[in-house]
Amino acid sequence: MPNDWNEATHSVAGTNVRVLEAGSGPPVVILHHDIGTLDRLPFYDALAAEHRVILPIHPGWGLNIERPEWMRSVRDIAAMYRMHLAAQGIQKAHLVGLGFGGWIAAEMATMAPTDSGKLVLVGAMGVQPTEGFILDMAIVGYLDYARAFFHDPAKFTQVYGEPTGDMLEGFDICREMCFRTAWKPYMFSQTLPNLLQSMTAETLVVWGEHDKVVPISSCERYMASLPNARKEIVKGSGHAVDMEKPDDLASLVNSFLNA
Amino acid sequence: MDLLYFTEQPMATYPADKGLEFGATALMFSNENFDPVSGSELYNNYIEQYKLAEEVGIDGIMLNEHHNAPFCMQAKANIFAAILAAITERVKIVMLGNPLPLSENPVRLAEELAMIDMISKGRLVSGIVRGGGQEQLAAGVNPAYNRERFEEAHEVLIRAWTETGPIRHEGKHYQHRVINPWAVPLQKPYPRIWVPGVISRETIVWAAQQRYPYVALNTSIEDTKKIWKVYDDVAAECGYEAGPENRGYLIQVHVSDNEEKAIENARQFRWMQGEFTGLAHPVWSTPSGYSSPSNRRAFVEFSAGLRQNPRGQTSFEQQMADMRIIAGTPDQVVAKLKIILEQTRPGILSLWGNDGAVSQEDSLTCIRLMGQEVFPAIREFAKEHDLKGPDEANAPVHLKYSTDLKTPAVAAE
Repeated sequence: MPNDWNEATHSVAGTNVRVLEAGSGPPVVILHHDIGTLDRLPFYDALAAEHRVILPIHPGWGLNIERPEWMRSVRDIAAMYRMHLAAQGIQKAHLVGLGFGGWIAAEMATMAPTDSGKLVLVGAMGVQPTEGFILDMAIVGYLDYARAFFHDPAKFTQVYGEPTGDMLEGFDICREMCFRTAWKPYMFSQTLPNLLQSMTAETLVVWGEHDKVVPISSCERYMASLPNARKEIVKGSGHAVDMEKPDDLASLVNSFLNA
Repeated sequence: MDLLYFTEQPMATYPADKGLEFGATALMFSNENFDPVSGSELYNNYIEQYKLAEEVGIDGIMLNEHHNAPFCMQAKANIFAAILAAITERVKIVMLGNPLPLSENPVRLAEELAMIDMISKGRLVSGIVRGGGQEQLAAGVNPAYNRERFEEAHEVLIRAWTETGPIRHEGKHYQHRVINPWAVPLQKPYPRIWVPGVISRETIVWAAQQRYPYVALNTSIEDTKKIWKVYDDVAAECGYEAGPENRGYLIQVHVSDNEEKAIENARQFRWMQGEFTGLAHPVWSTPSGYSSPSNRRAFVEFSAGLRQNPRGQTSFEQQMADMRIIAGTPDQVVAKLKIILEQTRPGILSLWGNDGAVSQEDSLTCIRLMGQEVFPAIREFAKEHDLKGPDEANAPVHLKYSTDLKTPAVAAE
């Protein structure tokens, strides 16, 4: 059953952040991908059926969104979200990070070890793969990059529809924000694996079986760094497990968070 | 008028079929297609061309650089500038230019250019550019901060040249706790800076605010006029009147002693499928954040095949008809150049003489005819029409050295 979604704009670190919310129960923050996000996705609804879902739109990520000129790193985004949660009095939120959002979630978890709920990392960027490289968006087209999120490219059109000028411009703006915050080293932190070693929060690491964006060796690196983690590989899925296999991911995440 | 010779230093000996097969001839087009034996020969051919340009009386040699592509073999313009400083006696060495944002260390750039200026005994024109989109990726430099880096690197460069060291610069993109280069330029206050460009309004505005000459790269007469309108308006706001000494123009011109051969060779200007920078993937030539936000929609739609290239794409015949390519005997070329000069009134004219697979023999003929027949006629015409270059006009090197500033005009309501 579709949820009622509310939206509000909150000022954090002098920047307006658009936040979507739905559902009730234990708070779950979803951190979206580097290509931005649609406001509504079946995966979000499935989580909101059992939790209070908080979905912040990364500042600057998308059309008609105020750009935080000052922001220079993914850790800046993580710190902003930490401040937002504190200002709202939201404690022990679970964090669900999707791709690039997984990097933000991991940074957030290391920042407040006593205020972390459970952590879910799905095809997470943020650590350097030991084999292969994170796909470089700078050398592929906007649509090719977004299509690479899916094992079945037809799924891209099912989720996003036919390309429009607004869609492409939105992708370009998101890409520019990625460059502004994660250009070098590209899409990973050199220090995060060390910090993760003292991260006690229970973690579920999920990877699409056919992830073409973040190599599976990043999954292994997360597993080796995190002391309290288990992993799940989702069959038949690419990088965006949330969009390609929303039911599978929702059931994994809901049961992990509810356990 | 400053009359210059320019070549992209093309490498037409690469296997073009491989480029077509790959679908691009830049950035990711593999350097397995580069042949150093041919490279060695071509670099030396270009040196021979430059020596001849000086011999036949051309005023200056324009240099540039690009990366990862056969359309331009020059990967570091300062290297050729240093060579020219030593092997020539008279020509201006015109860098158009050093891509400032690609530099991680503008102080080192300041040192290199100061050395070139001293070795050449003050013949350096130190042009600066943002660098093409692909260049940012080839150098691993963040395209989203391209313009910020350009402006800040310029600031560091000028401070290193003009302020007594040691000084300190702690900026957004560059932090230098000790700036104290031993070598500083011979020319004072510093070597002239010219700024070339094509479509970015921001660059035209910036150049006019500095009072640096802007060099329009092969734009149509109509677009060139629009560029000067923008420049002149900004100049007026800054309190000075812009003239030919603020205006440069680069145009593709091939001269030969027979028209047919000239036209045949001029077709080589289109050797890279007509694109300035070769067959390029649109997201490489316009990485996110590199372009002005006002052009964003056009470029993203082009990249996905939803619209035509905003940079334009016209046929050889159309470019000849529009006089963006000129080819012919010296008399024919002079007649057309006069029309352009009359309509757009630049004080700097650079002729991009040879491209693609034009033979060394024909290239040398072209340079000889430029120096001995085309430029003398143009020089006369420039005198009659009062088209003075920055030195002839004794123009200030930068706005801050102006002695003629009027009270800035009040903007119309």
